[in-house]
Amino acid sequence: MSPTESALPDDAALLSVRGLRKAFGSHEVLKSVDVNVRRGEVVALIGPSGSGKTTVLRCLNGLEIPDDGVVDFAGQLAVDFSAPVTKKQLAALRDRSAMVFQHYNLFPHKTVLENIIEGPVQVQKRPKAEAIAEARELLARVGLSAKEKSYPFELSGGQQQRVGIVRALALRPQLLLFDEPTSALDPELVGDVLTVIKELADEGWTMVVVTHELAFARQVADEVIFMDGGVVVERGHPDTVLRDPREERTRQFVDRLLNPF
Amino acid sequence: MTINWDLVWSSLGPILTGAVTGTIPLALASFVFGLLLALLIALMRLSRNPVFSTVARMYISVIRGTPLLVQLFVIFYGLPSIGVTISPWPSAIIAFSLNVGGYAAEVIRAAILSVPKGQWEAGHTIGMSRRQSLVRIILPQAARVSVPPLSNTFISLVKDTSLASLILVTELFRQAQQVAAFSQEFMLLYLEAAVIYWIICLVLAGGQSALEKRLDRYVAH
Repeated sequence: MSPTESALPDDAALLSVRGLRKAFGSHEVLKSVDVNVRRGEVVALIGPSGSGKTTVLRCLNGLEIPDDGVVDFAGQLAVDFSAPVTKKQLAALRDRSAMVFQHYNLFPHKTVLENIIEGPVQVQKRPKAEAIAEARELLARVGLSAKEKSYPFELSGGQQQRVGIVRALALRPQLLLFDEPTSALDPELVGDVLTVIKELADEGWTMVVVTHELAFARQVADEVIFMDGGVVVERGHPDTVLRDPREERTRQFVDRLLNPF
Repeated sequence: MTINWDLVWSSLGPILTGAVTGTIPLALASFVFGLLLALLIALMRLSRNPVFSTVARMYISVIRGTPLLVQLFVIFYGLPSIGVTISPWPSAIIAFSLNVGGYAAEVIRAAILSVPKGQWEAGHTIGMSRRQSLVRIILPQAARVSVPPLSNTFISLVKDTSLASLILVTELFRQAQQVAAFSQEFMLLYLEAAVIYWIICLVLAGGQSALEKRLDRYVAH
């Protein structure tokens, strides 16, 4: 369970996003957003709802098509959205990353094991036996070996989300995207999922995490980006952004999360 | 009224033959072709291409807006006047398939729309094309939702095949009609036909329950 090998040095830029713009109708959700992620780095995106942080993530995975901007994977694949992009470009971009969803979005009609091997076998055309072996190894790592034959409805939210994470890992992406991975969970189940994500970070996976868990962001992230109103308001080391922010808007947001009433 | 049991027994042969060689194969063939057509129409109706969706919408409107008997007569008695003559069996299969295609298209469309958008997105993120997501992720889930309404369609179809007697297809009801005309025992023969339709539909309803149970294995109860 280690990130895809690459010839790049450890601190090389893996992803560079420049001037990302997206509007839904007349509502500008992203107004020129830049994000840089180095290999092995964990970037936490925080901000109030409607700030555009989830849209950034979805643009990276091709779930939304930005109106403008460049998404550049280590110079190997650069997609410039100022001109119309082809399906092939979008597919290539999508295949670099894998998304873990807030509501898990597991396939309810498939067992845990089938959920995990669906991408590797059906899309990546890897041998089924190999995909199953790898899936079992990954399930063991998240403590769910006993559940491979279960259907998603038989699992708790925390278990479902760990399967969601394994399903993403099984694709062997260069970049993991987490969209509020613990927001739909009962409070007592949040820890299990965050522990798994922290372990992945420690193993060197590169990830962008949209989260409201500030303690988690402070502990795990290498960089925190605070967004509001479709722009990046502040970015930097977690200790700075979360403890001693320069911007008033960041301070207000962090205060509200830490002292809700 | 005394029941002429001898007639009941002697008519059972021709009526059951009508069911086995007429009603049942007619309903099955029309349902299979009709479902394939319905899937196509449903996908066209959901398509972003305005030509496809308009054609599908009009098709559904015409099929639902005209009587099945009229559709059947247009194909069998109407088409010959413009030089297209189709014999009774194919005429019946064509008419019933076109009819099922219109009704079931709306069922399938609704079932596809009932699958949460997140399922398409999950398919996308594991690298599937829209077609792959449709076939492997969306349709299996839509199938579960559409079993009850499609069972309705099928059960209606079984009974509607009696209309084929009016274009000379030898099926259950036509056999009953012929024995009735010969024996003048109309009440008896038509009730006998009704009971046999009912039994066929009871069996189908049992099949529906079994299928629902099987497809429900992955949902919480």
